[in-house]
Amino acid sequence: MAYNLKEVMANKPSRFTGGHRMCAGCGAPPIARMVLRALKPEDHAVISNATGCMEVSTFIYPYTAWTDSFIHTAFENAASTCSGVEAAYKSLKRQGKLPQDKTTKFITFGGDGGTYDIGIQALSGAMERGHDMVYVCYDNGAYMNTGIQRSSATPKFADTTTSPAGSVIPGKMQSRKDLTEVMASHHLPYVAQTIAYTNFKDLYEKAEKAIYTEGPCFLNVLSPCPRGWGYPTDMLMEINKLAVETCYWPLYEVVDGKYKITYKPAKKLPIEEFLRPQKRFKHMFKPGNEWMIEEFQKEVDRRWNELLALEEMSNKE
Amino acid sequence: MGIRERLSGNEAAAIAMKQINPDVVAAFPITPSTEIPQYFSTFVSNGAVDTEFVAVESEHSAMSACVGAEAAGSRAMTATSANGLSYMWEMIYIASSLRLPIVMSLVNRAVSGPLNIHNDHSDAMGVRDSGWIMLFSENNQEAYDNLVMAHRIAENKDVLLPLMVCQDGFITSHSIENIELIEDNKVKEFVGTYKPEHYLLNDKEPIAIGPLDVQTYLFEHKFQQAEAMRNAKKVILEVAKDFEKMTGRKYSFFEEYKMEDAEIGIVCMNSTAGTTKTVVDSLREKGVKAGMVKIRVFRPFPADELPEALGNLKALAVMDKADSLNGAGGALFEDVTASMYTAKKQVPTVNYIYGIGGRDTTSKDIEEIYTALEDIAKTGNIDNPYRYVGLRK
Repeated sequence: MAYNLKEVMANKPSRFTGGHRMCAGCGAPPIARMVLRALKPEDHAVISNATGCMEVSTFIYPYTAWTDSFIHTAFENAASTCSGVEAAYKSLKRQGKLPQDKTTKFITFGGDGGTYDIGIQALSGAMERGHDMVYVCYDNGAYMNTGIQRSSATPKFADTTTSPAGSVIPGKMQSRKDLTEVMASHHLPYVAQTIAYTNFKDLYEKAEKAIYTEGPCFLNVLSPCPRGWGYPTDMLMEINKLAVETCYWPLYEVVDGKYKITYKPAKKLPIEEFLRPQKRFKHMFKPGNEWMIEEFQKEVDRRWNELLALEEMSNKE
Repeated sequence: MGIRERLSGNEAAAIAMKQINPDVVAAFPITPSTEIPQYFSTFVSNGAVDTEFVAVESEHSAMSACVGAEAAGSRAMTATSANGLSYMWEMIYIASSLRLPIVMSLVNRAVSGPLNIHNDHSDAMGVRDSGWIMLFSENNQEAYDNLVMAHRIAENKDVLLPLMVCQDGFITSHSIENIELIEDNKVKEFVGTYKPEHYLLNDKEPIAIGPLDVQTYLFEHKFQQAEAMRNAKKVILEVAKDFEKMTGRKYSFFEEYKMEDAEIGIVCMNSTAGTTKTVVDSLREKGVKAGMVKIRVFRPFPADELPEALGNLKALAVMDKADSLNGAGGALFEDVTASMYTAKKQVPTVNYIYGIGGRDTTSKDIEEIYTALEDIAKTGNIDNPYRYVGLRK
């Protein structure tokens, strides 16, 4: 059945309720809500969450925004915690200790801190072991919960509180880690990079595939942060659009090793369009710093071309 | 009648786990506990258990997976040693604060550094305030028996705390001894089935676990944890009583060895108790009124009961197989002396740090301690209460 936003909204009530304390203009709540909407209404879910903005704003004792079962334990281990829950499910189901006619799905959410950095070992381990779960990284490109410190997902030149744009060092000096590729190298049945774009079609469809593909699946979702990136809160969807249209954040999936770019901009926008509205890149637009934008553009182009080549190569018969 | 066998401490632990048949085991190898998950995975491979074995990539993930599995509504177990436990440390606290009755086999080994794979108790002492019930085992039989009793204690509704069974690395884990095993069906019946009240996999009652718990509630939650630890004392004794009915083997918070008329005594834990008993016997033959108390239940600490057992001594030595490096003495020494002071029992007491990094503790070392105690009993003089035995000159 073709995707229809109105139908999805009408037929699948949100499993992530309002009243949580995430910031206005934050990219993460729409991601959580849409990923959970991809669950079949009859299925139960256990959500595992790494410590981070999402966790501390959605489950403050004694209130929770999650209508499914939910577990948070620590920062670096959302994947291994989830793997334990999934192992218990397998074991209890096999032993006939759980209803046989009921399906439970396992979804983990972690920010880029809990996923790219401190949690990469637990993530890699859980994925390699083949647990039937989906790991969703909401990548806002820095440790936002503790006050905007650089992460390995932070783009080059970004001004963060531990890579401040100073008079000698102009922001973060290293390029962003490509975690989606790292996960693709785990040879998982389904890996995708997505974003809340236009009518959420890309995000919804990829979430549905990830949840209902058997085995370990990974979604990397760009999640803008108004505080860390420095854009007006009502600009969230516009920022998402610019990330895609400049090919800063290409939308693609890797299904059993085959790459498919799910959206190719008809006319790739220059990277300035994405950088300009964000305060974290303000210094790049000062006279004399043109080289920074040029270098940034080169890196975006290089990665985009690499992806095009991967798509072509992996689909050759 | 039990089954007579010859097993190493690790084998005994693995067999107890097989008989318990937990739903999930998540473990990562580390000397000297490696054999436990090794033996156990052969049980899994051969279909001898119903367990899902999760071969995690680290101890941090081992405990994280156990937390997830137990919260999901299953019985989860693990085994580790030393740095493995250190690496779990964060999750050790989380397991107990989430009130998950996970059971662990801790094969005691020195925590680095420098690297040392041999026995002392620095790993266990590092988690002594983490809210886990901690049982210590003199030999393979006790390591096995303690594991069989573990779930009944940990899963009790008034307790709901994780529990670790300690035994000495190599000294008991790798030594083959005679052991009396309990029949599979009896263990199964004794341990019973796990019926958690609330759990993640119950689709009829979704629950949320592990909130941000700020100033408004954390204090009360910690109080409940402390209360559960106090409740555990009663439950430990009840379970021991049932266990005695089944096996004839008697357990309590601690074992008193020739303490009735003892004038000088030693408090110790794990395998050193075996050596100390031998020394007590030979001293008794010489007419020396020596005795020993072996702590089995270190957490909850038997602070009310211990002073009764030790109060009539003329001199007491507490042996710590881990130095607290606090300039004042080991952890067991602190707990014993604090409980004696609170109970208004004044016995001249010294502390001996011993056996660090697997240094052999011989009967000669123990004799040296009793000789010093005889002197203290006579004179009442303690020049330095913080002592070492078996240290190179």
